Order: sequence, then structure tokens, then C-alpha cells
Amino acid sequence: MTSTHDPMTTAHGAPGAPGTAPDGHADPLVIAGRRFGSRLITGTGGAPSMQVLEEALAASGTELTTVAMRRVTPGSDGSVWDVLNRNGIAPLPNTAGCFTAADAVRTARLGREALGTDWVKLEVVADERTLLPDPVELLDAAERLVDEGFTVLPYTNDDPVLARRLERVGCAAVMPLAAPIGSGLGIRNPHNLELIVEQADVPVIVDAGIGTASEAAQAMELGCDAVLLASAVTRAQDPVLMARAMRDAVTAGRAARLAGRIPVRRHAHASSPPADHP
Amino acid sequence: MEVTVNGERRTVAPGSTVGDVVRDLTRAEGGVAASLNDEVVPRTTWDATPVAENDRVDVLTAVQGG
Repeated sequence: MTSTHDPMTTAHGAPGAPGTAPDGHADPLVIAGRRFGSRLITGTGGAPSMQVLEEALAASGTELTTVAMRRVTPGSDGSVWDVLNRNGIAPLPNTAGCFTAADAVRTARLGREALGTDWVKLEVVADERTLLPDPVELLDAAERLVDEGFTVLPYTNDDPVLARRLERVGCAAVMPLAAPIGSGLGIRNPHNLELIVEQADVPVIVDAGIGTASEAAQAMELGCDAVLLASAVTRAQDPVLMARAMRDAVTAGRAARLAGRIPVRRHAHASSPPADHP
Repeated sequence: MEVTVNGERRTVAPGSTVGDVVRDLTRAEGGVAASLNDEVVPRTTWDATPVAENDRVDVLTAVQGG
């Protein structure tokens, strides 16, 4: 939601004193009026064990984490829900696995009932192979859920027009993909993300496709307000170390965005004074 | 009496409620939601909501994902 030409002016207020790295207190992420100190939102899918997941979540510093809703299988009592509760992390139920607006609305209602939150990460995908959002069903579901009082965070294509439509029906954020879910391909269309950031009056959260820390930093440098990732951490060889790397990358990328990078030049520009030859 | 619970046919005692069906599946206190024929049943009314022959009950919980 920060505009490209004036990165220091944000709807969140001043980022802090000059030269001070902005932290979560001076520069919080605000979604639907709720403040978060961390700009890293994590998913929970793909972790090798619940213990590794718990350590990785702690290392990431995240305050908001997605979970999926699935049928209970007998005997499965230790749950991700307990992990989030223990660590004071807010749950963000998703509608993963839904292919129609009707499915997504039903799943969102169950998530609200189970977890006691009206926040939902809205996912309506077109097919199993690409897991790309189905824009028509997505917009329909978003509108219905907003009408039912949900705080809707839609996982969307990196399409500036669709992002605008989602914002217009009342979504609390827009969450364009960097690349397909779980692909780790990084940001395939930075130009589109910039267009989305320029026009948005709600937070823009890059969701899906991030593979490593530099890509998370790049998303923040492009002006995105937060990054949502799961596989990049949970499927890394060392998930806990990668979680820390992502935390640092998001913080660094945000600081760089606020600091204002130098213009790119085609030729050298000396950083030392000209030599004073006799 | 036969009902469908999470996609499987089950026999439950006549007079069973949604609460009975949920407790048959899980002892988890939090993070669980139930629906009866696709309509969410709020936890506070589980024990007051009877299930009838051929009803569909789904019991969901939060799992790792997203």
C-alpha cells in the first residue's frame, strides 16, 4: 500500500527516527485495524514434524499463521491448533482444497466456528495441477464472505485488475502470488506486483512461490506490506534456520523499502572524491 | 439408525445428537467444528441438535496447511 514515489509516507505512520531500523512497534503491519509487529505470515503445511514446525514458527517471529480445515480422523488429538495456542500465534484458517465459491464459503464458516475467528485466507483454485486461483469463483466467494462479516484475505493471481476488484468488494488485504504454490520459483512478475502495490489501499501480501530469503526481501523492496510463505520454510533442509532467515529478510526488505534505494545507473558513479594528482 | 459421518456410514443410537457424534470421533476441546447436512452447527447447540436417519454429519478440525 506504500506508493512507489513516496516510500516514507505510509498509512501506518512514521517508520521511526532517521537511521533507525523500523521495528514492529514503530512500523506495524495493520490489517483490518489489527496491528502486527511481524510482517511475516507463515503457513504450517509440509513440516516434517509438529516439533520442527513449532520451533520454526518461533524462529520466524510470526504472529499470524494459516491452518487448513479437514475432517477429523479418530485418534488425532495433538493438533496444530495447540501449537499455535501455546505460542500465542493467531490462527488464519484457509479454504485450501476448494474449487468453487460455495465450497469455500462452507469451509470458511467451519473455520470460523472451529477457531473462533472471522478472519479467513480465501483460496479458490482452478485445478490440482497449477493450484492457480480461479478468479471468477474467488471474487464471488470474497463478496459473499465479506457480506457475512468475514475479514477476507484472498489468495489471488498477480493480476492488478483482479486485485482492485477484490479490494472493491471489501477484502481486508490482497494476497497476490509470486509464483505457483510450493514452486519456490520466486517473483515471476515484479512489475505486476508493483502495479498492485501502487493502486492498493489495503495491505498487499505476497502469498506463494517464495523459495528463499532474497525473494522475500525483494517482495518487501517492491513495496509489499508482508510476505506469506510455508513450503520455503517447512520443506527447507533446516526449517528452523530458514525461518530465521525469512524473518531477517522481511525485516531487511522493509527497511530498504523505507530507506529508498539509489537510482539504477548505466555507468559508474564514483563514491570517493576525485583523485588530487599533483 | 444409520447416518453418514465424515463420508462414512455409521450406526448411532436413536436419539443421538451432534454432540454425541463429535465426541465419538475426538476428545479435542478446541479447534473443532461440526456441520449437519452442510449447515454449521454452533458448538453451543451440539447437544441440543438431534441427528436423524440418513443425516450427513461432518466434523472438521484445523490441520497443517497453507
